[in-house]
Order: sequence, then C-alpha cells, then structure tokens
Amino acid sequence: MTKLTELTLAEARDGMVKGDFTSRELTEQYLSNMEQGRELNSYIVETADIALNMADKADQMIRGGNATGMTGIPIAVKDLYCTKDVHSASASHILNGFKPKYESTVTANLWQDGAVMLGKTNMDEFAMGSSNETSYYGPVKNPWRATKENGTLETKDYVPGGSSGGSVAAVAGDLAVAATGTDTGGSIRQPAAFTGLVGMKPTYGRCSRWGMIAFASSLDQAGPITKTVRDAAIMMESMASYDVKDSTSVERTVPNYEHALTGDIRGMKIGIPKEYRMDGMPSAIEKLWQQGIAWMKAAGAEIIDISLPHTKYALPTYYIVAPAEASSNLARYDGVKYGLRVEGDSLDGMYKNTRAEGFGHEVKRRILIGTYVLSAGYYDAYYLKAQKIRTLIAQDFAKAYEKVDVILTPTAPSAAFAMGEKSDDPIAMYLNDIFTVPASLAGLPAISVPAGLSQDAMPLGLHLIGRAFDEETILRAAQVLEHAAGFTAKPKVWWGDK
Amino acid sequence: MAKYIQGATGDWEVVIGLEIHAQVSSEAKLFSGSSTKFGSEPNTQVSFVCSAMPGMLPVINEECIRQAVRTGLAMGCKINLRSVFDRKNYFYADLPQGYQISQFKDPIVGEGVITVELEDGSTKDIGVERLHLEQDAGKSMHDQHPSQTYVDLNRSGVALMEIVSMPDMRSAEEAGAYFRKIRTLVRYAGTCDGNMDQGSMRADVNVSVRRPGAELGIRSETKNVNSIRFMMQVIEFETRRQIDILEDGGEVDQETRQFDPATGTTSSLRSKEEAHDYRYFPDPDLLPLEFSQAFVDELAKGLPELPDAKKSRLINDLGVSEYNAGVLVAEKENADYFEDLLGELTQKTGKDKDKLATQAANWVIVDLFGALKKAGKSITESPVSIQHAAELLSLQVDGTISGRIAKDVFEIMLKTGSSPEQIVEEKGLKQVSDTGAIEAMIDEILDSNQGKVEQYRAGKDKLFGFFVGQVMKKTQGKANPQVVNQLLRPKLDG
Repeated sequence: MTKLTELTLAEARDGMVKGDFTSRELTEQYLSNMEQGRELNSYIVETADIALNMADKADQMIRGGNATGMTGIPIAVKDLYCTKDVHSASASHILNGFKPKYESTVTANLWQDGAVMLGKTNMDEFAMGSSNETSYYGPVKNPWRATKENGTLETKDYVPGGSSGGSVAAVAGDLAVAATGTDTGGSIRQPAAFTGLVGMKPTYGRCSRWGMIAFASSLDQAGPITKTVRDAAIMMESMASYDVKDSTSVERTVPNYEHALTGDIRGMKIGIPKEYRMDGMPSAIEKLWQQGIAWMKAAGAEIIDISLPHTKYALPTYYIVAPAEASSNLARYDGVKYGLRVEGDSLDGMYKNTRAEGFGHEVKRRILIGTYVLSAGYYDAYYLKAQKIRTLIAQDFAKAYEKVDVILTPTAPSAAFAMGEKSDDPIAMYLNDIFTVPASLAGLPAISVPAGLSQDAMPLGLHLIGRAFDEETILRAAQVLEHAAGFTAKPKVWWGDK
Repeated sequence: MAKYIQGATGDWEVVIGLEIHAQVSSEAKLFSGSSTKFGSEPNTQVSFVCSAMPGMLPVINEECIRQAVRTGLAMGCKINLRSVFDRKNYFYADLPQGYQISQFKDPIVGEGVITVELEDGSTKDIGVERLHLEQDAGKSMHDQHPSQTYVDLNRSGVALMEIVSMPDMRSAEEAGAYFRKIRTLVRYAGTCDGNMDQGSMRADVNVSVRRPGAELGIRSETKNVNSIRFMMQVIEFETRRQIDILEDGGEVDQETRQFDPATGTTSSLRSKEEAHDYRYFPDPDLLPLEFSQAFVDELAKGLPELPDAKKSRLINDLGVSEYNAGVLVAEKENADYFEDLLGELTQKTGKDKDKLATQAANWVIVDLFGALKKAGKSITESPVSIQHAAELLSLQVDGTISGRIAKDVFEIMLKTGSSPEQIVEEKGLKQVSDTGAIEAMIDEILDSNQGKVEQYRAGKDKLFGFFVGQVMKKTQGKANPQVVNQLLRPKLDG
C-alpha cells in the first residue's frame, strides 16, 4: 500500500469519503513527515494541535455527509496569509511574531470547506524573491537535488524557487497534500516548476486579497500549489470568492473547476508567442516547449504562432510597478503599532532603527527602487510610463485572444539552481520571472504544469496563460499536457531518517 | 473695486487662496465601518483597517461619496462621474498606513464659482478649483507623558472634504465671506456640521502679495487655522510681514507656516526644501470611483433649498428686506426658525405670508436674536418655542396687544417660559381699543393740561406726542395707539 502522504488531493478526498482512512490518520502521517522534513525549512511554524482539531472536525463533516472537495485535506499555508492567532509575518523580522486577530478570506474559505492547517510556510520576505533565500527564517531547501553524470545525487542544496518556496518544498517533500501560494510576478508558478508541481495563479480579482499581507496590490493573487491539475481545480474552487471587503475582487460565480477537466481539447487554439524565445535559454527548455506543442497538437489542438510585441518590456515594467506599490504598502511597518520596534532618540530615529533592522536586503532594495520611481521628477519617466506599457501588454494579450484560446510558454528560463548561485546578482535573479510576469501585469490566469526533467534530472514546467476568468480552459489544457507528459518523478528523499 | 494696501514704496495687493477641510457628516469613516462620533475615549473607534493591520483593505463608504456630491452640487460645481483615489505617502506616528488616501489628479468635484456678499453691499465671485475626498489622520498627544507621545486613532480614516479655492480673494474680508459662505452651504446640504470648535472645519491659508497688476508673488501656506477670526488674523499678519520683507529688498520664502493664536502671529514650520515629496500614485486597493449622472440627479433632487435661492424668495415673494433676508439665511437654523414661525403665524392669523413676513423677520432678528445673544444661546437652544413666538406675534397682529406690550410679554416669556396668551391674560395686558373709555381719558387729560393744549394750538405740533404719552401712561401702555391717534387729533385740533 502506498503511504497516505503520497496520495494526491483527489485520492485523499475519495479515500476519506469512502471511509478507507480518516483525516486524523492522514493528518498524523503528515505531522510525522513534517518532523522528518524539518531540514527543508519549509515550515516557519507547525500547528499540530490546530491541525488535529481541524482534522477531527473534518471527520465529523465527512461522517455527516457534508464533505466538500477540501474536507479533511491537510494543507500548508504561506506565511503571507493572516491566520487568526497564528504567526503571520510574511517571513519578515519587522512583523516579529505578529499574530493577527483575523483570518484571511482565502484561508477562511478553505477552513469553511473543512481543510486542515498543518502550519505556516516559509517564503521570500514579503514575497520578494525568486529563490526563497530572502526569508528572515533562512532559506528553504528544494527537496530535489540534481543527479550527477554518475547517477548519484548532488550533495549541495538547490533553491525551491520563490517566493512560495516553503509551500512548494512542503508539497514536493510530502509534508502537505497541497499548499496555498501567492503570486505577484510568478511566485506560485516558478517554484512549482522548480519542484515538479502544479501551480496556478487565477485571474486578478478571482480570490480576495483581504487578509493577505500586501506586496504589490495590483498584482498579488492567491492560488493553489498541488501535485496534479485535478488537485489544483479542487483547491482553486474553495479558495476563490467574491469579497465585499476587497474592492478589487470580482463578483462572478465560481464554477466547478473539476468539471472543466474533460480531457478534450480538440479544436482548442493554442498560441505560441515568438517573443518568448530567449537568447541563452537552455536547450532543454526549448526542447520541452517544442515537445509541449507536439503533445497539444497530438491531442487535437490547433497551434497558432502569435506575437506579443511588448513582452520585452514586461520585466522592467514589473520591476517599476511592483516596487512602487511595495514601497507604499510597507510604509505601515514603522514600529508604532505592532511587530518589531527598535527604540531611537526621536520618532525618526525609531523609524530608522526599526526599519533598518526589520527589513532584509532585498526588501530594502525594492523600497528604494519604489520610492525612487514615485519621486517628484521621476514619476512620469518611470511609474507613469510603466503603467502605460502595462496597458500595452494587456492589449497584446487581448489581441492574441481574438485568435487563440490559450497561450503556451515555458514557465521559467532554467531549472532550479544551486543555493547562493544568484543571490548576489539581482538582475539574474529577476530574470527568473521573465515568462511569468507578463500574465501578472495583464491580470490573466496562468498555470505551470510539470512536463519533464532537465539533463541533470531536475523538474521543468510548461506554462499556460488564459483569458481573464477563463480558468476552466487553462485547467482543461493543463490536464491534457499533464497526461501527455506523464510526469511521475518524485525527489529522492535525502533528508530526515529517509 | 481694487483694494490696495499702502506700503512705504507704493501700493500692494494681497492674493489669498483657501484650502478648507470639512469633515463629512457620516456615521462611519471613509474606508471602514468605525464610528466617527466626536469626544469618545481614545482608540475606541478603531477598526483593523484604521489601524493599518497587515492585509487590511479600504472599502469606500458610499454615504461619504453621496455627501461629497451633495456638497459639490450645493456649491454649483462640476461633478466628476469618474474620480481616482491616490496615496499620499509620508511617515508620521498618527498616520498608521504610512500614507493618506486622498484624491490628487482626478477629484470627485471640479470647478465652480461662489458668490459672496461684502460689507459695502457689493458681491464678488470666487472660483472653486476642486473638492476632493481624503482620510483624516489620527491625533498625536504630546501632553500625556513627560517624554512620550501617545496616539489616538479615533479620527484616523474619518472622511474629509478638501475644498480648494482659486487665488481669487483680495482681502481678509473677502476670505472671511468666502469661508462663511462655504460653511453655510455645507450646513444647508447637511454634509458637514461646520463645527469649528470640534475641528469639523479648518483651513490652510495661502497668502502672497504683489504690485497691482503684477505676476503672482511667492506664497506662504499657514496650516490648520480653525476659526474665521484667526484666518483673518493670519491674512493681516502675513500681508504685513511679506510687504515688509519685499520693501526691505528681501524675498518671501515659499514655506509652510503655523499660526499662534496667543500672539496672532505666524512662524515657519518647514521650508520648501524640507517639503515632503508625497509620491502620489493611484491607490491600487481601490478601483476608480465611477457613478452615473442619474445618481447625481437623484442627489440633486434631495437637496434642500439653498441660501441664495432662499434669500431671493424671502425678498421677492415675501417682501423681507435684503438685509434681513441676508441675516436670516446665513445660518440654516435661523432660516428654518423664521420659516416655521411664519407658517405657524399664517395659520393662527389666517393672513397671507407676505403680509406677516416683515414683522416676523424683524421680531426674529431684533427681539429674538437680541435675547439669544444676551443669554449666549444658539437658536436651536431658544427658550421661546415657535408656537409661543407665533402666539406673541399673532396677539400683535390681531390688535390684542401693542408692540410695546409685546416687548414686555417677551421678557416675561424668556424668564418664565409661559405662553404669551397666559401672560397677557394674567397680567391684564390686553390693549384697550374701547373708544368710549379712551375718549373719556383723553378728555380728562386735556382738561388737566390746558396750558399745553394752548401751546399745541398755537402751533407747537410736537406736543402731540406728549398727549399720546399721557394716555399710554394712564392705561399702562395698553391703549391701542391707533385708536388714541384717531381720537386725540380731532379733539386737539378743536
């Protein structure tokens, strides 16, 4: 018998409903895996008592015939979500042990459906990073390690991607069935690709941002990180909702996403944007992309070459808009009301001491960039221009969707890299987001699907971008891709007692 | 008429612009459901949103939007169907978010013109540039602890309307008249209580001086002036200060200043170099605010009659003098009192309003306002109810009491709160209109003042008043003066 912790979300759900095992049994196994997997540093806080309590309640729901897709499913929650009375600090020292008195809408939706919280996962500080090396709580280790030519596993550590690095490491290492992530410029999709998982960012406005610690408000969006596309569909349905407390959330009925998984994409028009062919991109990535095109074609889809002419401006645009918003969003962390306070000889002194000690390097870098681009005399040249380009990028997509239903690209320009390899080179780090950022700027739904391995056996992902609020089409296409790729590889366990 | 100020080196002209901050009358704050009640214990009206807890988001309070539109309509300004909320970024302990949500490029209300009346009876048009909505900050309390500052967030997030004028005012008087007019308008519209003691209205005063006809000079901005008197003091002081600097060959600094009510002077708060760079940008947590013309039309329909319209109706339909009409409409409560009184009086006497309005207006302005002023009370605290006031005037209209007696009755009403009818009854103050009784009295008086009668007949007309006075004295003022006149003249003229 397979271990319960190797089941997918859908399998676990079905097993519990059939009465094969209880949520408590499943949860206990996960808690034990978490203990074994502490070396990965994927969790900042483990909430075993809460988990068992929630599992018992879920078991009651199941026995009462009130199970939903998420009932009894043990999940990990990114530290960026405010969870009532539980550590919620976006992995920043400035929120030093902050425990909110409120529950984010997305997690409240999940608990309402009977999901079980295992703990809060590590992440890049305030979601700023692509390798999970900027956390105050230390870097997260990717459960995957490259395979050397002689067939043995590398002994060095690899990054899990970021910023939802703790969430992907937990799911890839079987320390959670699934996890919530958040995606501002690729923070769900890139780490999912780096760890052989499915990561989905829905349309901006699909999930409420209420209770999510803000990074860049016009880009932040919640989404699921799961082992399969079906799992993503189930979890997405629970997370999504219209929320009057978030003025940017959109009032639209949440469909049954699992029903969208028909396996039939015949006649679907798949766009291939020529601008996503990057110089110096590893051949494995290019090969995988071609393979993806071939799989879609074989499944009956029509492949159409398209152009998204403003793609090359997406990354610089993103690195103006996101830091601008962040510089303002992070102003509230001033030592006055909650979190860290480092005293000073004046109010300004206290601000300086608190923020100097409370924020890490990457966060400071982005506050500086953001403050600069909003400053008098620079606003028009940077922020305003970036907003205009953002509109052009959205128009590129709108035009493309007159001809195609879905756009297929690689998720990231490389496989997971070794820890420390890019941490001194912010530009190289920012390039990780090159394929994910355009969809973020346009507010479109996108999903990363594990589709193959690099030469040294590290996972690679393919990326599907859809029309606004058409999550169903990308889920359907993603599942076809998933089946065609037949990705079954799992990381070899090198941590804990093995 | 240009009003120039004489300096040592020639004439100067002062140019004034006002930014008036008016607190929106609303139960809840601009972006959260917390109460806006004044005077509560510190930090008892603070939500997760107003304290800027992580992950909290603003949600527009629609009532505040309606209030801003009503105000814009009352001022006759353009209403913008699309406006944008921006973040104004700066650090301060009582600003929990580290930014104030305001409107920068696209305010909810655009341009308009306010006509004000000046003491010499002339009018002047003053342009309004815009009205925008913004959040108030909290309050830093420096006097609660020897070395620490406490912060009260009750005000944090309360909705303010910032009403920005054009630099169209040329004297402290004009600025005062403009401020009063705005205050009158928001109070009529019910969008701000105009209570300056509680900080519901305050102004940032921009002052510059120039040679008549020259380009605009460099201005100073004096912040948070919370009374009209102080505002006028600021203008006088700044005008003199700037003229002195310029006449000494110096340059006025563009700076932010503060007013000290104790000395009536202003002092520098921060220079242009120290000015904040607020880094305005559209708040990504809020979508642009859009509404339809139908929404605006509906609000326009709900507005009460506004002071200018009311004033012209009082003058043209009711025959109230221009001066009296101006006094009555300046405060909505006064106008309401007057109109209610007139309505009641019309019912009691069966006469038309226009026949009664002048008398009622005079009584309200002279008698009632005089009494209120003496008692230090406002009209809403008037010790004389509309019913009693109408009764009093009605007794005069139907000839039951004379105007003189009415004044006495009013004094008693103020002291006792009794109804005028009761007072007249109890004290026997009814006017004597019985011609027989008055005639007898006149005869008696003429008899005992033969000498004066002779003098009168010899041409000393002025003595007529003496005889009237004697009759009044004899009747303790109760004789109907008209009857006395009618009877007295033929008898004297022989």
